[in-house]
Amino acid sequence: MSAMSSTSRRDFLKKCLTGAAVLRASGRVELLAAAEQGGALAKSRVVIARDATLRGVGTTVDSRRMLSLLDRAMQALLDCDNPSETWTKLVRPGEMVGLKVNALGGRGLSSNLQLVEAICERLQEAGIKASDIVVWDRDSDEMEHVGFHVSMGGNRVQCCGTDRVDYEQELVTHGSVGSRLSKILTQRCNVLINIPVLKDHDGAGVTIALKNMYGVIHNPNKYHPNGCNPYIADLNMLPEIRSRMRLTICDATTACFEGGPGYKPEYSWKNNSVIVSQDPVALDYTGWQIIERKRAEKGLTTLEGDKRAPHYIATAADAQHRLGTNDPRRIAVVEV
Amino acid sequence: MARELDAREGVKVPADGGVEGRSAAVRGEGSPLLSPLDRRAFLQCALASGAALGICEFARFPVAIPAWAAPQKQDDSRFTVEAKFYQKLPNNKKIKCKLCPRECTVGDRERGYCGVRENRGGTYYTLVHSRVCAAHIDPIEKKPLFHYLPGTLAFSLATAGCNVNCKFCQNWDISQVRPEQVPAEYVPPQRIAALAKQYNCPTIAYTYSEPVIFSEYLMDAADAGHEAGVRSVVVSNGYIQEEALKTAYGKMDAVKIDLKAFTESYYKDVVVGELKPVLNSLVTLRKMNKWTEIVYLMVPTLNDSEAEFRGLAQWVKTNLGVDVPVHFTQFHPEYLLKNLPITPVSTLERAKAIADAEGLHYVYIGNVPGHPAQNTYCPKCHRMLVERVGFTASQMLIRKGSCPFCQHPIPGVWHA
Repeated sequence: MSAMSSTSRRDFLKKCLTGAAVLRASGRVELLAAAEQGGALAKSRVVIARDATLRGVGTTVDSRRMLSLLDRAMQALLDCDNPSETWTKLVRPGEMVGLKVNALGGRGLSSNLQLVEAICERLQEAGIKASDIVVWDRDSDEMEHVGFHVSMGGNRVQCCGTDRVDYEQELVTHGSVGSRLSKILTQRCNVLINIPVLKDHDGAGVTIALKNMYGVIHNPNKYHPNGCNPYIADLNMLPEIRSRMRLTICDATTACFEGGPGYKPEYSWKNNSVIVSQDPVALDYTGWQIIERKRAEKGLTTLEGDKRAPHYIATAADAQHRLGTNDPRRIAVVEV
Repeated sequence: MARELDAREGVKVPADGGVEGRSAAVRGEGSPLLSPLDRRAFLQCALASGAALGICEFARFPVAIPAWAAPQKQDDSRFTVEAKFYQKLPNNKKIKCKLCPRECTVGDRERGYCGVRENRGGTYYTLVHSRVCAAHIDPIEKKPLFHYLPGTLAFSLATAGCNVNCKFCQNWDISQVRPEQVPAEYVPPQRIAALAKQYNCPTIAYTYSEPVIFSEYLMDAADAGHEAGVRSVVVSNGYIQEEALKTAYGKMDAVKIDLKAFTESYYKDVVVGELKPVLNSLVTLRKMNKWTEIVYLMVPTLNDSEAEFRGLAQWVKTNLGVDVPVHFTQFHPEYLLKNLPITPVSTLERAKAIADAEGLHYVYIGNVPGHPAQNTYCPKCHRMLVERVGFTASQMLIRKGSCPFCQHPIPGVWHA
């Protein structure tokens, strides 16, 4: 009898189950989800943390409450009891961490300053040096306009737009995409934390996690036809992006359900939440549903009815991309 | 102090007659925009240019490569002018661009596909008026325009941006970027006209990137040029709406259109555009009696079938006439198409043979230095009328628009 035949069907199943358990214990749930494995283990976790009193009695987000909200979200995402432990699961001392914010929407609808400050605080507690953290987007002027203080050098958290650093000379390509990448991405970070805003988008339908990577390349205008599909998915496949991407923390403190991506007060609402996930596709799918619910509440047609459903999300999940899952059966939405 | 062409930066082959390689960027030492040259400096520059042009027959054409230092922040306000061709939409401060057939619907704070037009609060602006990122003095043959003032110079310029994304673009580092990503000089229309006169150029050429996207500047510069006695020509993909074409290119003295292929699938996959509007533009230019030449860049395996050559030739004959010059030019690997080989000369010759057989009178082969099909021959007596060596017209025999041997009329703009 051969060695092969010595493994019974029962033994084989036992080994498979053991393997799955090991994978779960090692915190690689998102990889299973990306591979679209079946069963409960395959679910991508998307955590929505809310605080109705996030702004206290004023209009500005309260820093202390924001830190608390972030902690709740991250602890729920990574099954941790305390905030410090949470971040040590994500980053290690010596790593250079890029926080890719979105400042396109102006003061009303850009990545929240208090949220970014809270992330920087927790990263430093996890052993990341302040000078190894860079908060960045495409354009320094846009960042300053929304309240970020552009600062390069010294021992502070770094903050600037790619316009101050430039793009790489060499083109990188994947599928339909051919672009030059921000040198901040390629030379200043080996870990990427994506901090998009929950927004409607006149072309793509929604702009949340995956589309925020348009701020990484020199030619985003070339990738807007056909509802940004398949460009968004192709762009996120670039190894320089994919290998660095570790987490998405979506700012949904103020969100936009129509007329995006620019800020229009009449189409924005105080959602007072952050949404976190390690699966950007699952996060985009979840964010899309939130926007659809708000649109329905406001009596607006669906994005599909408006001929701008975000088909790029399905493309990002397809067999050619596997950036995550858009199957609601495989997304575990956790509200805290 | 002599200013020499910026040959230190590197070399590119003029791979596409459509977007011909630029010889010096505005940021380069050799740019004619940086400061006015005295007569001595100009002559030295011209000699250097001549030397470079001579060399390019055998070596390659010198092109300034950007240094890629972080660009200095430019004062956008000087270059920002309300666009001429767009429509305000009723909702959400959106606009619809009416410049090119793409008709981008652009939300507030967003840009169109070209990357050089931006919606600011419901008003659409061009960001590239007078924003010159490349300028050089070229032979008119380099455009190529073979039936337009042979042997003369064209003051050639470009802004950043393009409304398509050809995978073979050799000037992608200015055409596929946003204006703030490439150094540029503020050069208002009157200054362009003055520089053209100063450098003894009878023509301003709008070229290198895609002039459709800087139409407002092109129109103003053409007006300024005409007031100063300088003509204008445009090197374009022809992907433009009819009204804009009539308004903007109506001011041109000659037009060169890149017909990139004769199939919609190629336009969709390789150009990211459409064929039909380009054909419409050619017909409109013909109706406008605008002198027009066509370039067809032949990319191996993608647009080099005999059926396409024949279809193209038949279409030109039927819709434009047999006297419209057609240039079949050689492809060199660039940008996103580095995996394909240079077009075999035999393929170019096959295309010419087919177009000749279909009855076209002026079919040229481009980017093949020394090829006899660079010369102009009389379609009646077949004598050589214009001899070209590279980008230089070395002999010009046409007199009063006719063959001096048999008096057959030769269409074109032959005399200043």
